[in-house]
Amino acid sequence: MNITNEFSLTFVSKSLNEGFARSAVASFALQLDPTINELADIKTAVSEAVTNCIVHGYEFEQGQIYINGKITDTNKIILKIRDKGRGIENIEKAMEPLFTTGGGERAGLGFAVMQSFMDKVRVNSIVGKGTTVVMEKSIKKSYNYTADRENG
Amino acid sequence: MIETTYQNKTLTAFLSGDIDHHNAGEIRARIDGQAENLHPKKLELDFAKVKFMDSSGIGLIMGRYRQMSLLGGRLEVVNVPKNLERLMSLSGISSLGVLKSQKN
Repeated sequence: MNITNEFSLTFVSKSLNEGFARSAVASFALQLDPTINELADIKTAVSEAVTNCIVHGYEFEQGQIYINGKITDTNKIILKIRDKGRGIENIEKAMEPLFTTGGGERAGLGFAVMQSFMDKVRVNSIVGKGTTVVMEKSIKKSYNYTADRENG
Repeated sequence: MIETTYQNKTLTAFLSGDIDHHNAGEIRARIDGQAENLHPKKLELDFAKVKFMDSSGIGLIMGRYRQMSLLGGRLEVVNVPKNLERLMSLSGISSLGVLKSQKN
């Protein structure tokens, strides 16, 4: 499996940037020729991960959020979304559906949505240092006449 | 992002565009402000024009469900677009009995 394209993006943890982050990732993912549903899955998962950085990672502070995206020659997108916030004490607990420390308006579904909408989700966290979420999704290759001709 | 109407003791909120953590707060404030003034029998959240939603939208529904229970009214969620159905079903929100597939 080789990396064929890559981007990195850093932005301030303002909630206004949630929309920016998912649109940026969606634009990058377009080169995999995803279906509308696959693209919506990616946008939703990114939105959850970035919201976690803002609501939990940095809470009342402001910090930087880092997104790295890779595309492979196996038609997979790999996204790494990272904050340098307070970290998660108990990852297993945090990943349980409906568990939240975010108060009554948070559904506690962030990780459940990421796991359901992406193929693979890995979470690394160090208390006081930050949290990294790595997510992967394979996009089904659709028949592409032009590419077929170019490849001879 | 939100427009509201009030008739026959029903407060209807027509949601549109993206519902994420960033704008869920403003939507919530608009709905709760009006619900507290009007004490509607029914709050109807109309999702017909929602283009994107993450779990913040689920939080919004759960929060309004609780708020309407406190105010002695009920909540209905109507016109959920096909592409949001998976998120709705994942959330288990159907167990609240508020989802109506078609507006009556």
